[in-house]
Amino acid sequence: MVNTKVNLSGITIDNPVIPASGTFGFGYEFAEIYDINCLGTFSFKGTTKEARFGNPTPRIAECTSGMINSVGLQNPGVESVKAIELPKLKEVFHKPVMANVSGFSIDEYTYTCQALDDEPQIGWFEVNVSCPNVHGGGMSFGTSPESAAEVTKAVKKVTTKPVFIKLSPNVTDIVSIAKSCEDAGADGISLINTLLGMRIDLKTKKCVVANKMGGFSGPAIFPVALRMVYQVYEAVKIPIIGMGGVSCAEDVIEMMLAGATAVQVGALNLVEPFACKNIIDNLPDVMKKYGINDLNEIIGGAH
Amino acid sequence: MKQQFFTITKNIKIAKDVMLMRLCGDTSDITKPGQFVNLKIDGQFLRRPISVCDYTKDTLTLVYKIVGVGTQIMSEYGVGTKLDILTGLGNGYDTQLSGSSPLLIGGGVGVPPMYNLCKVLIAEGKTPTVVLGFNSKDDVFFEDEFKTLGAKVLVTTADGSYGIKGFVTDAMKDIDYDYFFTCGPEAMFKAIEKTVATSGQYSFEERMGCGFGACMGCSCKTKYGNKRICKDGPVLTREEIIW
Repeated sequence: MVNTKVNLSGITIDNPVIPASGTFGFGYEFAEIYDINCLGTFSFKGTTKEARFGNPTPRIAECTSGMINSVGLQNPGVESVKAIELPKLKEVFHKPVMANVSGFSIDEYTYTCQALDDEPQIGWFEVNVSCPNVHGGGMSFGTSPESAAEVTKAVKKVTTKPVFIKLSPNVTDIVSIAKSCEDAGADGISLINTLLGMRIDLKTKKCVVANKMGGFSGPAIFPVALRMVYQVYEAVKIPIIGMGGVSCAEDVIEMMLAGATAVQVGALNLVEPFACKNIIDNLPDVMKKYGINDLNEIIGGAH
Repeated sequence: MKQQFFTITKNIKIAKDVMLMRLCGDTSDITKPGQFVNLKIDGQFLRRPISVCDYTKDTLTLVYKIVGVGTQIMSEYGVGTKLDILTGLGNGYDTQLSGSSPLLIGGGVGVPPMYNLCKVLIAEGKTPTVVLGFNSKDDVFFEDEFKTLGAKVLVTTADGSYGIKGFVTDAMKDIDYDYFFTCGPEAMFKAIEKTVATSGQYSFEERMGCGFGACMGCSCKTKYGNKRICKDGPVLTREEIIW
């Protein structure tokens, strides 16, 4: 019997597999097809102070081993999340959930986090300072160590729960930004968000997504994500949630060897709705295959 | 929604760039005309949403146009190929809202979902009239199939090379109907919207990430709030659409 349990900032989760924000809604589309209580937890749809429609369509483009999205943080707003989404979620998911929060000013971040802090089902905050989709939005906070630290400090002041800062890979030095968040009091780091990308349609000779650019995700970005997790692990002491193109139990183990305590699965949920369940089901066998009895023993094992 | 493996039993060309694929598998999650399926295609990351043309308990018929890499690969699949398909997606048409004389308007690759819809309406005792719009004679398909179902069929071509010259709206002028259902390009929808006097339902197309409501890739604004084309649609009622 292998141990897949890991401790994420004081909360033990049954396994390190976490559907990533924006690929799992508030859980209930997936709860229609499998019991989502098998998950370690999941990171719910990025929530902002006000309701947002997001970017114009088309928002999606095919890529080799991946996809581009420019959804633009569509969400019903924090009041509606509290009043409608979380009560519905509670019916189908009985574990602590990760609250993914975005904002366009420090005040918006703190407003949203404060509003969600008293929700009993929320176990952690995951603060997105990196969404590349919104002009003048999250991007600016995640691209400098100073502004990322400013968000971290402000959010930490108004929350009682562990705060993970979710970083953008579209920066020159992700390690200095991670370090700066740790120094500002972050309880953990999530990385990576999507890479900025683009596709052009040869027939129309125009960009495929209406917003021209979007976030590139999927198996193609796994090596980039793995490298960044490895680098950040060397620089910080706080736990890391590794994500970016994770597609199978082997990828989960590889991410953990690079330094992740838990692992998120994103784009794959959209094309393989049973992806996370399958990864969780396969994980013990893959662990046995590689002689791993306890996942805790392999975190950062490649260093 | 169900994830099922289907086996191709037929994959043939029926018009210019238009293919008919018949598959064998469990269709139990398809419950209404106008729903769609999402197919895993070799070498492609995203699935490809294709409207259901017709189905029985264990067969699925898809009629699709070769428009890009995904549908090109689909067109090359041979009989016996197994495909991983998510079935029973989308809300589908609500036939209960229709009167006894519905008008069905299909434009180009919007024609296929009209077929099962027509079948269902006839089974409900209604007498549908079908208008099929194409660009040219080489594009025309399914005229006989609709006639075989027992529907009155009018075909239009934009260049006049077959049937009535002009657009679907030119054929609609002289038809008596009490409700309409349509699927096709948005330019056609806008022309229909100016012509019709009754209530009706439009089926929309959009680039999708997941096809089952998770990613918010295909959202649109309606008079009743934001909707996801894949989950809350693809069929929207005329009353809720913001043009």
